[in-house]
Amino acid sequence: MSTNVLFDLPGPRARRRQRIGTVVGALLIAALIGLALYRLGANGQLEADRWAVLFDPASGVPQALGEGLLNTLSVAAVGMVLATVFGALLAVGRLSDHAWVRGPVGVVIELFRAVPLLILILFCLLFLPTVGVPMTAFRALVLGLTLYNMAVLAEIFRAGILSVDRGQREAAFALGMRKTQVMTLVLLPQAVRRMLPVLVAQLVVLLKDSSLGFIVSYLELLRTARSLVEFFNFSFGNRYTFQLYVAAGLIYIVVNVLLSQLAKYVEKRTRRNRKTAGTGQVELPADAQMGGGSGVAATP
Amino acid sequence: MQFLSDNADLLWSAFLTTLSLAVVSGVCALVLGTVLAGMRVSPIAPLRGLATFYVEVFRNTPLTVVFFFLAFGIVQIDLQFPSRFITAVAALSLYTAAFVCEALRSGINAVPSGQAEAARALGLTFGQSLRQIVLPQAFRTVVPPLGNVWIALAKNTSIAAGFAVTDLTAALQRLANANADQLLAVFAAVVAGYLVITLPSAWLIRVVENRVAIVR
Amino acid sequence: MRTTRKVAALAALGLTLAACSSEAGSQAEESASSAPTAAEDVDFPEGSTMAELNEAGAITIGTKYDQPGFGLLNPQSGAPEGFDVEIAKIVAAELGIPEDGITWTETVSANREPFIQNGQVDMVVATYTINDARKQVVDFAGPYYVAGQDIMVAEGNPEGIEGPEDLAGKTVCSVEGSTPAQRIRDEYPEANLVTYDVYSKCADDLRNGGVQAVTTDNVILTGLVAGSDGAFELVGNPFTEEPYGIGMELGDTDFRNFVNDVLEESFEDGRWADAWDRTAGAITGEEAPEPPSVDRY
Repeated sequence: MSTNVLFDLPGPRARRRQRIGTVVGALLIAALIGLALYRLGANGQLEADRWAVLFDPASGVPQALGEGLLNTLSVAAVGMVLATVFGALLAVGRLSDHAWVRGPVGVVIELFRAVPLLILILFCLLFLPTVGVPMTAFRALVLGLTLYNMAVLAEIFRAGILSVDRGQREAAFALGMRKTQVMTLVLLPQAVRRMLPVLVAQLVVLLKDSSLGFIVSYLELLRTARSLVEFFNFSFGNRYTFQLYVAAGLIYIVVNVLLSQLAKYVEKRTRRNRKTAGTGQVELPADAQMGGGSGVAATP
Repeated sequence: MQFLSDNADLLWSAFLTTLSLAVVSGVCALVLGTVLAGMRVSPIAPLRGLATFYVEVFRNTPLTVVFFFLAFGIVQIDLQFPSRFITAVAALSLYTAAFVCEALRSGINAVPSGQAEAARALGLTFGQSLRQIVLPQAFRTVVPPLGNVWIALAKNTSIAAGFAVTDLTAALQRLANANADQLLAVFAAVVAGYLVITLPSAWLIRVVENRVAIVR
Repeated sequence: MRTTRKVAALAALGLTLAACSSEAGSQAEESASSAPTAAEDVDFPEGSTMAELNEAGAITIGTKYDQPGFGLLNPQSGAPEGFDVEIAKIVAAELGIPEDGITWTETVSANREPFIQNGQVDMVVATYTINDARKQVVDFAGPYYVAGQDIMVAEGNPEGIEGPEDLAGKTVCSVEGSTPAQRIRDEYPEANLVTYDVYSKCADDLRNGGVQAVTTDNVILTGLVAGSDGAFELVGNPFTEEPYGIGMELGDTDFRNFVNDVLEESFEDGRWADAWDRTAGAITGEEAPEPPSVDRY
């Protein structure tokens, strides 16, 4: 439903009312922002020197933040690739004809979706080494992100596979293809293509979740900012604290907005593509976008 | 199992903290998220813009960053939450509200436009058609996504452990340190605490979903 | 066109900002760290931990990353700096491992024991108090320093806190998994204890007025006070003894004896005092104290 049927095009009087409302609202917001800025200024947070540190290579801040961002991106990238591969395998397993495959795979998916990501990461870091798996902060983080996201992606892929028109499957069987062939040659390629925008959107989630690396002391973007704060605190008091957090937050937002735009672009292309036309709009469910733990399967 | 009885008090209070964090933040997020969803479909452009801005910002910021800002950043504008629990509730609510809004908006979009057209044809105003026609139907379709947002929220409370709230995850860190030889038991106890919240919720969502589902 | 102009404007802004230097950048970074030469021609008994580490030429050491004076990560160099770090370097050098063979790992108070038990680190030098409960699960060499638990309060001590008894009814901050936190929990239950994962968050909270006091070992607090621009002060009434040891895997007596020998040597030949002067001593301005005597329990 397009929302514009909810109201008529406003007439002259309504437009005037709206304009007044807009002005009043804008003034109110401007006043709030102004107050916040005033407070910041009164606390000396807007001094140019405090912000210059973010751009001054001599302070090492831009380099450190860049490296932190790189670490964040590499965790997200590795986690994404692994989660996609295992997610696809799990999705196929969940659709298997054999109950002894379907059952355990289902339990794995439900379990990893039901446990907080933070706990999964801590489990990888603290428990796995006791059974002889060598661990580093990077590995624990990647493994935690993979375990969690593969379960989420498995459900997304499953929905994708099921959304491929039944005729395709029947036609493939009629051509004498075997079950594996139908899955790998006919269903999966179409499902993955359809799910491409969702996959890119999931990357945003992964990127956000990588900030949990601060718990396992992995020097990703947020932990780097924190480290810089601690280091500067020692020589300058909390002179740069606010600026460094703002910088880290803004970098996250910029990178993620860019990724979201990419997801939208991919989606537009996908929809234009004749091979996948006819599929409804695919969107990452709101809960999956929250990261850190999307819901236990409530997919119908 | 000696370990369980030794730490029963800590685990129980940690569980209650996690549960109350989730419930209080859930209610706040639902209220704020509904307001935001109303703004996102409203006829007044600045309201739409504001809500969109809010959602985009919080959707693209890690929850941990939100926590950091509320715990250590806003003091720069001379604001301070009275306790760490309330800081955590604020962070979780602000963050989750963006997703509640998205879930509701997709629900509103799922209501056939004929419904709204009929409401408009009957002369209902924007507010009336939203309140009496669209939202009641939207709430039904959004039971599963909203339920999932709730479950995600329950799990996201674990981040509060890094900000001086003694929830289940904080208890896990304390116990893992003191009982390094019984790690599996520690993890099992804490995971069980989360499952006690998430699994029944998932079941309830499925039941409610079947009850209120609209057959189209 | 419009985008190009925007990009150009942004670039110009970036350049302007980069041109103005900041206080943090212009302050020349005098490095407090050193690089002791790795011992050569060292001979260790076959199969011992020392021989293994020496052969590998690499060691993983856990330390704190957030404690000025003892272990603080320098984000500009990517390596931690402080007294603990220097002590660890001395031990590594005696093992014949050069500085670039050391992999630093952050160990926070809550993961030191698991990290040692799991073998994720070969040793932990991280303001690590030797106590009986910990001796059950890990071994300690040392002590190489004896600290005492103290209290840090806001400037002027507005709450009039003179000792742990005065904490009753006050909100006091410490770090999860640390001995000071456990002591407050056990012995001063009237104090309202909140715990973070690192001390710097406690300091932030004290600055913000979220807590009225921070309690932990005096040397850690001294570092925080030094970096606070006069916002904090130390009560200066240590009420416990905290011998700092080097943590290692339980039962590796040979390695423990070796590290103890190295520590004793460094006490005598001045490397220990030198390490102190360059790190923690540079902050507090105090002379290196008398080194403690190693406890070969």
